[in-house]
Amino acid sequence: MSLRDNDGHQFGRLPATDDEREVAGRPSRASVVDYWAERYGIPRATWEAYSFWERGSGKIWAFRGELDSPARIQGLGIPILRTDGEHWKPRTNAVQRFGRLATDCVIDLSAGEAEAFLAGHDQDLPRWDGDWGYLIVAHELAGEREPVGVGLYLHGELRSQMPKGRQRDL
Amino acid sequence: MDDPLARYEPLLDDYAAFRAACDRPLPQVVRVNTLKTSVERADAALEAAPVEHDSVGWHDGLFEIDGKPGNTWPYVHGWLYGQEEVSAIPAAVCDPAPGERVFDPCAAPGSKTTHLAALMDDEGLLVANDSNLGRLSALRSNAERCGLTNVAVTKSDARNFSLKPFPGEFDRAVVDVPCSCEGTVRKNPDALDEWTLDHVEGVASVQKGILDRAIEVTRPGGTVVYSTCTFVPEENEAVLDHALAEYDVALVEYDLPLETRPGVTEWNGEEFDPSVRAAKRVYPHLNDTGGFFCAKLTVGA
Repeated sequence: MSLRDNDGHQFGRLPATDDEREVAGRPSRASVVDYWAERYGIPRATWEAYSFWERGSGKIWAFRGELDSPARIQGLGIPILRTDGEHWKPRTNAVQRFGRLATDCVIDLSAGEAEAFLAGHDQDLPRWDGDWGYLIVAHELAGEREPVGVGLYLHGELRSQMPKGRQRDL
Repeated sequence: MDDPLARYEPLLDDYAAFRAACDRPLPQVVRVNTLKTSVERADAALEAAPVEHDSVGWHDGLFEIDGKPGNTWPYVHGWLYGQEEVSAIPAAVCDPAPGERVFDPCAAPGSKTTHLAALMDDEGLLVANDSNLGRLSALRSNAERCGLTNVAVTKSDARNFSLKPFPGEFDRAVVDVPCSCEGTVRKNPDALDEWTLDHVEGVASVQKGILDRAIEVTRPGGTVVYSTCTFVPEENEAVLDHALAEYDVALVEYDLPLETRPGVTEWNGEEFDPSVRAAKRVYPHLNDTGGFFCAKLTVGA
């Protein structure tokens, strides 16, 4: 069986496993669930009611429910992942929605650091001794840890990945 | 027309108070997005910002605030949605339960969609439709910031909405149609500059088409909420009168903890079905809000 190309005008459901793949390069549901569990500790059961979809190469969405695939519509749940780069990258809104469930690769910032991150600034944070790569960036708000977005940690530096439209100078 | 609001003098026993309220600026209001936080935490985060805020009283989770909400932590986290106070009415009246199938045919920019999803606890299917690509982009961005995962966003003319991607009917619909927007005059003082009776008649025809289609895709026994932000009877009671004549639907009474006036049954020599009195008119002077109109219908069971 030859693999079809991804169609950017419609949502295609992810195959359950890599063996059932019909569209070139499309990740499987199992690999997405594993990614969140293995890197961030987000329980696999979190996704039981969700279906996963791709629209445009490597843009993965999570939808709480089921629809027939493909679906030619404008939006389906929220974007959760980019899988087209060398490393998979969580999306800001997914981290805000599901990041509270994470136990690993979460970096807690002070009030001033969180404001700099939100403004889109990179900053030296040598105190982090966990994994490098994409981290969930959190701060304390109203008495609890609250995830803000995604940072890229390399060589002692936390690079803000806040999308331009979500950056704020508080 | 030089002064469209003068048409309503015969409908109001306190016309001077109505006109005075329409000339006052509108307080800024935010709704707490309970998908992402609790009213208590949002309250605490506003306190810490600090942003002066007061509960509006009738609706748990609506705060009147001092200034714009956009540059605060609770907004960044999608805990708050900036909207008019009266925009919280249609989703509250619709009152969907988690797991239901709900249709929002004129959804952008998303105040009702995000409110409906919160009431559904993000469970069930919420179809948010709009016809305009630019407005859809605002809708998607608001839905994503608020963390909605049970929403399917579609682009179509709501009069011809296709159920094809969503086999099966809806349990509820919130039909908050495009309108002449008279009730937003406190927010947009030039809202009435372009007012003409021709425009009202044109938009009323679109409103009827959208309400018709929403009724057609709602199951027997289901609920359809019809709302506008205008006082114009041609866009309100006359549209309901049309639906009552064409479809097996009935207006139903509902509770709303705001001061309101009933729908009007006579206007410009026309008489409407007497049941339109069950609709509610919200005039700006009654609760210090924008203007609004809201009716609740049950589809024939």
